[in-house]
Amino acid sequence: MTRDEIKDVVLEIIADIDEDAEMEGLNPDEPLRDQLDLDSMDFLDIVMELRKRYKLQIPEEDYPELATLTSCVNYLEPKLQNL
Amino acid sequence: MFYKSIEKAADSYDVIVIGSGLGGLTSANRLARAGHSVLLLEHHHRLGGLATWFKRKGHIFDVSLHGFPYGMVKTCRKYWNNTIKNAIVQLTDIVFDNPQFSLKTTFDRVDFTQILINKFGITQAVVDSFFNTVSKMNFYDDRTMTTKELFEKFFPGRSDVHRLLMEPISYANGSTLDDPAITYGIVFSNFMNKGVFTFQGGTDKLIGMMQEELEANGVTICTQSKVDRVVIENGKVKGVAVGEKVISAPTVISNSGITNTIDNLTGREYFPENFIGEYDQVKVNNSSCQVYMGIRKGDSIPEVGDLLFTSTAPDFEAVEMRAMNTCSRTFSIYYPKTRPEAPDYTIVASMNANYDDWDGLTADQYQAAKQDIIERSFSDLDRYIPGARDKCDWVEAATPKTFNRYTLHTKGTSFGTKFEGLNISRTLFKAIPGLFHVGSVGIIMSGWLGAINYGVIVANDVDAYLRQ
Repeated sequence: MTRDEIKDVVLEIIADIDEDAEMEGLNPDEPLRDQLDLDSMDFLDIVMELRKRYKLQIPEEDYPELATLTSCVNYLEPKLQNL
Repeated sequence: MFYKSIEKAADSYDVIVIGSGLGGLTSANRLARAGHSVLLLEHHHRLGGLATWFKRKGHIFDVSLHGFPYGMVKTCRKYWNNTIKNAIVQLTDIVFDNPQFSLKTTFDRVDFTQILINKFGITQAVVDSFFNTVSKMNFYDDRTMTTKELFEKFFPGRSDVHRLLMEPISYANGSTLDDPAITYGIVFSNFMNKGVFTFQGGTDKLIGMMQEELEANGVTICTQSKVDRVVIENGKVKGVAVGEKVISAPTVISNSGITNTIDNLTGREYFPENFIGEYDQVKVNNSSCQVYMGIRKGDSIPEVGDLLFTSTAPDFEAVEMRAMNTCSRTFSIYYPKTRPEAPDYTIVASMNANYDDWDGLTADQYQAAKQDIIERSFSDLDRYIPGARDKCDWVEAATPKTFNRYTLHTKGTSFGTKFEGLNISRTLFKAIPGLFHVGSVGIIMSGWLGAINYGVIVANDVDAYLRQ
């Protein structure tokens, strides 16, 4: 998957979790948590959905890597490159 | 409601959930939605665990419906469905009445700030600083500070303020001033977010809707199916035994109490020594007593509040609150708005209690002690609803023994374990691969919101295990 495809997947998963999430004007380098009012349960949902879709195991100590949209893409890129 | 008997269960599943408290129900639902085959086993004839109700003489009594934090709205939408979410409504009249203060509040940050400033004479800066401190607390933060120390830091010597802040939380999860400040901060902040909420339609309606959702997602539900033991083979989970029947599964989630799970369902001989060493430090939380009062059809009572925290004890004292002759109790008042389709008035008085106080009694002493808490509850209620006793056509009491009988919890605990139980619960599958626990642990994973969210957290652990 390309970086743009990964970004779209992350945004799609967030939209499924939070139907009110306002994606317009999202700053990719600012924490998602602050911009979209996501809590730790929402991040757990993202982890579980990524596992379901791509059999991707994200250990708990790596959760901070999902903080911003850019850091999500950086973290997921090598893991999803062969898909 | 229709449930299968254990005879109808298949021979194997991906996941077997033992117990149908809100945590067990939520784990089952989440894993079924994720595509796993799930069997849910409950020893009682109805689902819900302590999220339960019972019927007497035309009344429906709710055991734990009032009230939960606003976070339930988002949690129910995400992990159950919108119909369940849409039935959540606010309880606006929370009353405190004790020798130190009497007030009515919506129990949210805005109102509490006003009360602390205007009624207790605390400065805005101190109040803001306190709220900001507790709202930033995480469960992995330092936990050496006790709640008492936290209160002393912000409100030194103000036992009245300590009581206002602590009393509702003691009833909500059995915690005391000696428990870690973070457990207080997390739970208190949840409530202070927007106030106290309830489920319109009653506990029976909520659990019925959850059952429909589970069945729609393909979960097999068997009630009156008491699991005798978790089957372990070569150090790993193999399944469960229910009477003569053995059902196999690579993962088992116990929604039984953590102590029951380790000592009775599994057997401590299967766990590594160092794990048992840590487990033996876990303290079980206290239990409860309740008095249920039903108002005769045609009669009514005035609106005196939804939830009343009452006490005639001079100070807040957790030991006093648990004593058999406590003069501290909450009244949950259920008006016709609780079940608009079947309007009724019921009142549930709740007290904290020690199992051991009730366990040693003879049959006669036990009956007398029950009658005693009924009398004390009526006499306290008279201050708020004069003559309520004469309007009742049903009254009965539940004790720690009752809680033990219906939930099978060790010492009838109604709030799980103290903080140290959380790590044991979360690392169970590292001691025995395939064995997981969900249920009230660590104070923060307690109450309706805590139980459901913990069900989601454990479902994620199980999903990771099954897909590895």
